[in-house]
Amino acid sequence: MYESYGNWVLKISLSYSHTLILLTFLVDNAYIKQRLTAQFGEQVSRFEEPYGMLTFESPKDLNLKILQFLYDDPELRFQFMTDLTAVHYPHDIGRELAIVYHLHNLVDNIRIRYKVFTDIQKPDVFTATKLFSAANWMERETYDFYGVNFVGHPNLKRILNVDEMNYFPMRKEYPLEDQTRIDKDDAMFGR
Amino acid sequence: MVDMPEGHTGDGFFATKLSDAVGLARKNSMWPLPFATSCCGIEFMATMASHYDLARFGAERLGFSPRQCDLLMVMGTIAKKMGPILKSVYLQMAEPRWVMAVGACASSGGIFDSYSVLQGIDQIIPVDVYVPGCPPRPEGILDGFMRIQDLVGEESFRRRNGEQYRELMQSYGIK
Repeated sequence: MYESYGNWVLKISLSYSHTLILLTFLVDNAYIKQRLTAQFGEQVSRFEEPYGMLTFESPKDLNLKILQFLYDDPELRFQFMTDLTAVHYPHDIGRELAIVYHLHNLVDNIRIRYKVFTDIQKPDVFTATKLFSAANWMERETYDFYGVNFVGHPNLKRILNVDEMNYFPMRKEYPLEDQTRIDKDDAMFGR
Repeated sequence: MVDMPEGHTGDGFFATKLSDAVGLARKNSMWPLPFATSCCGIEFMATMASHYDLARFGAERLGFSPRQCDLLMVMGTIAKKMGPILKSVYLQMAEPRWVMAVGACASSGGIFDSYSVLQGIDQIIPVDVYVPGCPPRPEGILDGFMRIQDLVGEESFRRRNGEQYRELMQSYGIK
């Protein structure tokens, strides 16, 4: 049974011999937001909760500081990166590429999403490889498909596409279809 | 039992063309290399299993080394990154060799009309038989195999040294 008083909860657990009353934390989205704004102030912004998952963003220079803070903090403990990817918004001039980190707190089972936005003319973002080994290949994939340059990455080269490819296919200006095909025409294939 | 080739029978002898006899032997003992990449590989597993037995046709000895195999069966989607690897597997096979493209993806890229999928393996290697389907039924794969057998049984010894074959290989950049 839980009775919440702000972030503190009264936890009553019953066992066969005695009743134990503990005063412990409940780490939830409101607490994470409070801790982040206390540490970083105005630099973390646009807090949202789509489908219950806390989402926020910050300027791209702070990405390592924020990831390190979320990793090291003894209560927040976001020590598992589940996904690192990018999104291309061609109409948001100055913020076209969003790099999205999905982090998971395994102990309290909480997930958050952290975004940094970068200009497509200069898509440099610091690499998270030193903090999370999983970021190594995920950043290579993000580079392969969106062209995000991860500064400090040990081996930033294409991972899924052919090495000779000279464009970044998941950007919105490039079509899905193979442009070198010679035997299929759009009329026959319903496009 | 297989049918006898055409020939001249006499008292204690049977005369036929050497290419017919060799073709008969080759076609009933093909050693396939299953280059199974995707879903069509599963259909091939069903073809090799007991219900649609491929061993009936003499092809129960699968080899995964191209040096030992006659027939390269490409089953599944081939990405552009896989293309050079497939070509190197084909080049390691010894003559006479045949190629069967099983399924829509190997024949023409299938439903994956995309920047990353090779639109048909005949862009990099010469193909003898195409088996359409997504995936083809095991009966379809068996039908394709029987067409390969027809090609093998009737192939002339001079084909691989001839001008037309050499031009075909040159069009693929294979010496």
